[in-house]
Amino acid sequence: MDLFEILFWLLTITAISCALGVILSRNPVNSVLFLIGTFFSISGHYILMNAQFLAIVNIIVYAGAIMVLFLFVIMLMNLNADVEPQKSRLVQFAGIISGGILFLVILAALRDAKINGELSKTASDIGLIKNLGKTLFQNYVLPFEVSSILFLSAMIGAMVIGKKETTPSPVMMKKNPNQN
Amino acid sequence: MTDLVFLIPLFPLLGFLINGLGWRTIPKNIGGIIGSLTVLASFAISLGIFFEVKDGTSQVVPLFDFIQSGNLNIPIAFQVDSLSALFLLIITGVGFLIHVYSTSYMHEDEGMVRYFSYLNLFVFFMLLLVLGANYLVLFIGWEGVGLCSYLLIGFWFKNKDYTDAGKKAFVMNRIGDLGFLIGMFLILYHFGTLSYADFFGTISAGTAPVTDSVYNWIAICLFIGAIGKSAQIPLYTWLPDAMAGPTPVSALIHAATMVTAGIYMIARSSVLYNHAPEALHVVAWIGCATAVLAATIALRQYDIKKVLAYSTVSQLGFMFMALGMGAYTTAVFHVMTHAFFKALLFLGSGSVIHAMGGEQDVRKMGGLGKHMKITQITFLIGCLAIAGIPGLSGFFSKDEILASTFAGNKAIYVLGLIAAMMTACYMFRVYTLTFTGKFRGTHEQEHHLHESPAAITIPLIVLAVLSVIGGYVGLPAVLSEHHLLSEFLSSSVANAGSHHLDHGTEWMLIGISSVVAIVFSIAGFAANRNPSFVPNTGLSKILENKWYVDELYDAVVVRPLGALSGVMDRFVERMGIDGLVNGVGKTVRWSSDRVRLLQSGQVGFYIFVMVIGITVLFALSFFWIR
Amino acid sequence: MPIQYYIFLSFALFCIGIMGTLMRRNAIIIFMCIELMLNAVNLLLVAFSKMFNDPSSQIFVFFIMVVAAAEVAVGLAIIVMMYRKVHSVDINILNRLKH
Repeated sequence: MDLFEILFWLLTITAISCALGVILSRNPVNSVLFLIGTFFSISGHYILMNAQFLAIVNIIVYAGAIMVLFLFVIMLMNLNADVEPQKSRLVQFAGIISGGILFLVILAALRDAKINGELSKTASDIGLIKNLGKTLFQNYVLPFEVSSILFLSAMIGAMVIGKKETTPSPVMMKKNPNQN
Repeated sequence: MTDLVFLIPLFPLLGFLINGLGWRTIPKNIGGIIGSLTVLASFAISLGIFFEVKDGTSQVVPLFDFIQSGNLNIPIAFQVDSLSALFLLIITGVGFLIHVYSTSYMHEDEGMVRYFSYLNLFVFFMLLLVLGANYLVLFIGWEGVGLCSYLLIGFWFKNKDYTDAGKKAFVMNRIGDLGFLIGMFLILYHFGTLSYADFFGTISAGTAPVTDSVYNWIAICLFIGAIGKSAQIPLYTWLPDAMAGPTPVSALIHAATMVTAGIYMIARSSVLYNHAPEALHVVAWIGCATAVLAATIALRQYDIKKVLAYSTVSQLGFMFMALGMGAYTTAVFHVMTHAFFKALLFLGSGSVIHAMGGEQDVRKMGGLGKHMKITQITFLIGCLAIAGIPGLSGFFSKDEILASTFAGNKAIYVLGLIAAMMTACYMFRVYTLTFTGKFRGTHEQEHHLHESPAAITIPLIVLAVLSVIGGYVGLPAVLSEHHLLSEFLSSSVANAGSHHLDHGTEWMLIGISSVVAIVFSIAGFAANRNPSFVPNTGLSKILENKWYVDELYDAVVVRPLGALSGVMDRFVERMGIDGLVNGVGKTVRWSSDRVRLLQSGQVGFYIFVMVIGITVLFALSFFWIR
Repeated sequence: MPIQYYIFLSFALFCIGIMGTLMRRNAIIIFMCIELMLNAVNLLLVAFSKMFNDPSSQIFVFFIMVVAAAEVAVGLAIIVMMYRKVHSVDINILNRLKH
């Protein structure tokens, strides 16, 4: 068992236990923190696989930006363990069972699949920013540009949705009396 | 000129479109003029075509592709040769006269413009029928004229009897058309083509890999179509009922043109029929039986148009007799002369009915000759022609038919002679009852009797002249070396082996038919000088009731079918199909009522179901399907 | 290192995400579980990239991140709106789909 494997198992155990923490903890703030832990261990896996740039991006974008956004929202709503809605035991049990069955089915399916891949432990340089940049701008320029438009529209969309309505629109006024 | 052939059917189609689209707004006079002029234009071009093909040229003028699928290629193409040119002249020429006649005859009718649009549409389809260069175009025209016939029989659609007559004609034609369709499919199956040139070329070359029985079956299937369209036994009963339509329609569609489509089709397929001797026998015998049967019925009818209708059926029977003998040109000759004198007779009867204010029963007529001289004389000429008095057109064509049957089959000759005998008899019976003696109608009707206007009498005179001279294009061999018509047609119609009778025999046949015609004309005249209309008994009663054929069909076909439909309606339709359909609806309704409860609106539940679904799909694809 | 290990790890994370989605009623937690599932897929993509020595699948990881970021921005805005309307983030309240 060399260092690589030791690190692999360590990161794997961290990732799975943190992920379990995300779905089991009652307080949403704790969930967020567990999720950040999961992301960190996934980033560790990226580094093990020589995808250093992705690892950094993962931490900056996910663990940094996105999770902070989540935290903001939770703080904004002042959610905590007491007001956290809980499902009934039966539903929780059904969720666990069905998720587990899916996992088992896929595992059983993959057991017979002929995937004989081996990840070499030697370093490769495809994960370096230079190679990724070349691939991105040589082969994937159009999706790249399209994704910028997606970002722009998501940004505007978020602002439009989140804007506080000063005067209710006529449509909403018409619908309100019928709400039940 | 052949390049302009597409204009011939185009003019009547234009007339139909103008009159048909504007029948509410176009004034009656204008509608009549448009209808007549378009047919006149077609007639002019047909004349040009006629002189072009005189020297025996035969040409196929392709217009555009119609069906193109794999090896099958059926274009809309026109066959321009002597046979189609002759029919073009008959259709447009007689058609034009009848259009002119109609402008006066239909003038009081509020649907006159609609009438002219139908009439033009009919002329269009009829021209398409004779011009088509393959069986499919012929079939389109064939169905089209059937449609127009239906529309025009039921023209006065407020009378239920008339619309029933229209339906009867349509349904009976359908039966024949099924046979025709099957014939076309057989041709397609065995020869892979429907065009005349390819089909007849293959038959003549003898390279077709088929047996004689195939030829016979194709010929018989096509003949079944002709039976329906040309009113032969057993599908003839629609034609007398078709007299419900306006009289000019009876003249044009149900005497001169449409009903001869079957003869045209068989003459066109002469190459095929020459290879199908058994089918020719069937044709001859059915024609013979029809000629005799219809003639017997015509002896005891009192409706002037019914007599003419049965006479038409009988004359069509004569034509089929000639076809059955392989004498196709003779049949076409009789089509031509028959178009002249039968159109004349119908138009004359129309003139009479016009004068009588719609009365068609000869028992209420009599002595009309005093009031309407032109009608009387032209009608007499028509009677003389159809009876076969020597010197008039009907004599030559009928004599030629009888001569060909004498050479081919003596039994048919004798029966044909009997039918010819009865023809003379019933025609002069009608003439005598109508135009001579004393008037038997009401006083008011007598007061109104008058000669018809010029638009009616001029077509009568023209047709009378044609009825007299029309026969001289086909003089018998003893009188003239040249049979103009058969020489003209020889390029497009192949007569089966010519029957050369020696001159003595031929003189004898001419003598026999002349004597028979004259004697029985006088007999028919004399027997009805002083009519007494006592109720008929015995055989006469049977004849008056048309051998009870309609009643027989009613009992054998219509009632059992009606009963079967009743049973089907009650058990299969109501209980089976309705039960099934309603049952499906009820099941869906009931089950969706239950399933609706699943729609709780809970997003969590939806996701749960989705996950279960994904799992099941995974499991299925990995463990069972593989 | 056999590739199967990474496949199993990815599926484990993915299934944990699914379980979380099914078990929890808090819309924000469900959202986070979806992020977890996306990350599981990312991990698998990177593993295959390493195995086949192909940078293309790492590019796909970028695009998944882009879509996830956009999705989070819009989704959180929707959740905020919803909280303003009904003062709760419980998805069981949102049963309007029934009507």
